[in-house]
Amino acid sequence: MSVARAQRPEPAELDGADRRIINRLQEGLPLVESPYAAVAAELSLSEGELLYRLERLLEAGVLSRFGPMYHAQRLGGGLTLAALEVPEADFERVTAAVNAFPEVAHNYRREHRLNMWFVLATETPERIGEVIAAIEVATGLAVFNLPKQEEFHVRLHLPV
Amino acid sequence: MSVSTCPSEPQADDTSANGLDAIDRAIVLATQAGLPLVPDPWGAVGKPLGLAGNEVLARMRRMQANGMTRRIAAVPNHYRLGYVANGMTVWDVDDAHIERLGREVAAIPGVSHCYRRPRHLPEWPYNLFVMLHGRTREEVERQAEALRERFGDACRDHRILYSSRILKKTGLRLARRLGSPR
Repeated sequence: MSVARAQRPEPAELDGADRRIINRLQEGLPLVESPYAAVAAELSLSEGELLYRLERLLEAGVLSRFGPMYHAQRLGGGLTLAALEVPEADFERVTAAVNAFPEVAHNYRREHRLNMWFVLATETPERIGEVIAAIEVATGLAVFNLPKQEEFHVRLHLPV
Repeated sequence: MSVSTCPSEPQADDTSANGLDAIDRAIVLATQAGLPLVPDPWGAVGKPLGLAGNEVLARMRRMQANGMTRRIAAVPNHYRLGYVANGMTVWDVDDAHIERLGREVAAIPGVSHCYRRPRHLPEWPYNLFVMLHGRTREEVERQAEALRERFGDACRDHRILYSSRILKKTGLRLARRLGSPR
């Protein structure tokens, strides 16, 4: 458990301007000629200060990414959520085996009998099945494939 | 042609079934790690592709309008923002009511993702997935309790699966896919 805790980053120290930037930019960058200048003006910052702080927030891992958020399926790819029941003694080996697949976009340990949950993003929808079969071979475990059947909402917004 | 082997000379005539042409694909490739943090990000993206900034901006607008990109935004690390309790709540909801309930739940503030997914009986009876984020587990449990009340008799069972460790988080990498010949 101490290992698991060590993998969880500590909450960051943020000042008021950082918070305004994070809240505003989760909403999306306006698609205008000078988008950072436009956002900076809204937040009463200079463009230079916004860019500097944004870079710092990315370097510090407060933001994991800043950029276009793609709709994988509309771009023609395959996407699914999958889960494994991993024996505790084998957890590190299976983590390495699963993470080695470039199609694994994220992977979380979760507290359940199904204790490993990962998202697969592939070149084509057909490729999902092939990658799942390959993961079953690599891990020796049965993959639970849970593709979305309907999307009711996707909009992560964490106010700070 | 393949974008990955010839990124500097995208041709507009290579349009694939999803409506992206080679120039769109080159722009997606160039921005998937992130948008440049410079005053003219469109020009910075376009320069190595031989495109003017206003062409890049026009294409970004079109891709957002037709839903290929959801938006250009900051993706926070939940833990670093103090959201240390991240619960994937899973619900066994009556199929007859899942459409209506899915839509209702999606409208609740604090719900970030809400999907219908297949059951795998008998091991996995849950068909509705709702992500909840809180600064404490109590906060997530209060949100889950509110959902439970809203579902009423249409929900047979639910669980909260907290994440205890990020094992990998690279985000979607579309490069190989978009670069590969179709």
